[in-house]
Amino acid sequence: MSPESNKTLQSRRRFLENISRTAGGAVLFSIGLGLYSQQTKSLPADAIRPPGVGDETDFLSACVRCGLCVRDCPYDTLKLSKLGEPIALGTPYFDARDIPCEMCEDIPCVKACPTGALDPELTNIDDARMGLAVLVDQETCIAFQGLRCEVCFNVCPLQNKAISLSRSHNARTGKHALIIPVVHSSDCTGCGKCEHACILEEAAIKVMPVKLAKGESGKHYRLGWEEKQKAGKSLVTPDLEHKYNLPEGSSYDYEGEGLIQSDDSEKNKKTPFNKSALDRLNEGVR
Amino acid sequence: MVSATSHTSSAIKSPVKKSNGGKYPGQEAIKTKGWLRANKWLLLRRLSQMSILSLFIAGPMFGVWIVKGNMSSSLTLGVLPLSDPFVFLQTLFAGHLAEATAISGALIVLVFYFLVGGRVYCSWVCPINIVTDAADWVRRKFKIKSSLTFSRMGRYGLLASTFIIASVTGVLAWELINPVTMIQRELVYGMGVSWLLVVAIFVLDAFISRRAWCGHLCPMGAFYSLIGKYSLIKTNAVNRKSCDDCMDCFAICPEPQVIKPALKGSENSSPVIVSGNCTNCGRCIDVCAKDVFETSHRFVKT
Repeated sequence: MSPESNKTLQSRRRFLENISRTAGGAVLFSIGLGLYSQQTKSLPADAIRPPGVGDETDFLSACVRCGLCVRDCPYDTLKLSKLGEPIALGTPYFDARDIPCEMCEDIPCVKACPTGALDPELTNIDDARMGLAVLVDQETCIAFQGLRCEVCFNVCPLQNKAISLSRSHNARTGKHALIIPVVHSSDCTGCGKCEHACILEEAAIKVMPVKLAKGESGKHYRLGWEEKQKAGKSLVTPDLEHKYNLPEGSSYDYEGEGLIQSDDSEKNKKTPFNKSALDRLNEGVR
Repeated sequence: MVSATSHTSSAIKSPVKKSNGGKYPGQEAIKTKGWLRANKWLLLRRLSQMSILSLFIAGPMFGVWIVKGNMSSSLTLGVLPLSDPFVFLQTLFAGHLAEATAISGALIVLVFYFLVGGRVYCSWVCPINIVTDAADWVRRKFKIKSSLTFSRMGRYGLLASTFIIASVTGVLAWELINPVTMIQRELVYGMGVSWLLVVAIFVLDAFISRRAWCGHLCPMGAFYSLIGKYSLIKTNAVNRKSCDDCMDCFAICPEPQVIKPALKGSENSSPVIVSGNCTNCGRCIDVCAKDVFETSHRFVKT
């Protein structure tokens, strides 16, 4: 073999080695990073995303971690996750107990987002669903002890819609009421003001990711009474009104009166028997 | 292909009045041109890197809001959006079409680097360059030799991987660990423990493998290499006839393989360093006592 062709062979071999090593390294790297990236999709429950974030995976496909939302947040609510934190690196979040979202009407964080990771179609902050407040601990919430608190209710930006108060019997004292805050997922934006304001050492009401906080009934479930209202009539064949086999002149009142004997004297006369049992006996003897 | 030019490296070992064989690049240049001129481009680059970083930091530190955001995406004076095209491409591969702001921002940046040279980002903007330059300085100073070398192709493999993983997983996977954007971001938004990665990159470059990060591994560098392939501004070995084979440019260059075709090419070949890997850092211009190099455009003929 001539030295020239030997050299070509060698360089070709080196080239192939180089390529395969690079490709191999890239494959190893891809597998490792790909698996790791799956882990980061699970957001810790106490990290709340800014308004306009829907699905976490969608968000992680769009956020470039520039922090412009953080900069335009007037209340320093938002921060970017740092290396070592269990939140996808560099992405914006907030800790409601620390600083909650003040629900600015003009939503500056969403406006600042250059990529649309925070959905620009969110124009009414009341439509934001950053999370869902949950009264997680009835053992420590003082409303459940029969004390008046209602701080969460009072700070709620959507008072009486997102959080309302519900009265129930205080079984312990037997004569007082429990005034219990109730969160409604139909209106709660997850701003976290309730969690921030909770008077306990550790908040009894907490904002959680909607996925974690909310149940979901079967897709085929229907509430009969709602369907009935929607249709304006009963959707099943109505029950026939029950008829008792009552003697003529009697009727039955379903509202509570019960059996009603008609006083109609003419009808009474028609009775073939005397009223008094003794008379009837005497008649029989005769 | 190994070409005739590879023999020049053995040729320069001829025992002619060699300065220092590239061991202490720039000594000769300092003697002939003076310290300032022998460090001109380096100083300008440091000035550029520091100024750009200061613009980002001035807001959070001093309330001077000229530039908001970080190098992944920013807003200058409330009007000019700039986005990193590499990060932007990752969002595309992850299946998200960004809003017009990010698209136009990425296009502006893309056009800019297409003109001035893609890896101008690496040598004139990216703060990691200061770390890897320092590591290389330590390496030269303490004559650290280590045999481990990564393939310079490696970065293109990584670049392809970042896009593939993004499209498979639907998330910006590389941005979960990208030390470049991480450090740029945490410099502006508050440093956590990411300085450990600065240390890691320094150690890698200084003690494990020469110019490993910026020159062999960083997929961002690879991306900007591709952008800069046809860029307008190039370094030119215009006076290559006066080259005395001192090796200083090779010793200082972060991508020494790019010099050879221009400096040691045949008579008829172009003296322009055309490789997209050239970072236009201008250090070869600095350290050359014979003023072989200059910055010019790519269309220079012999």
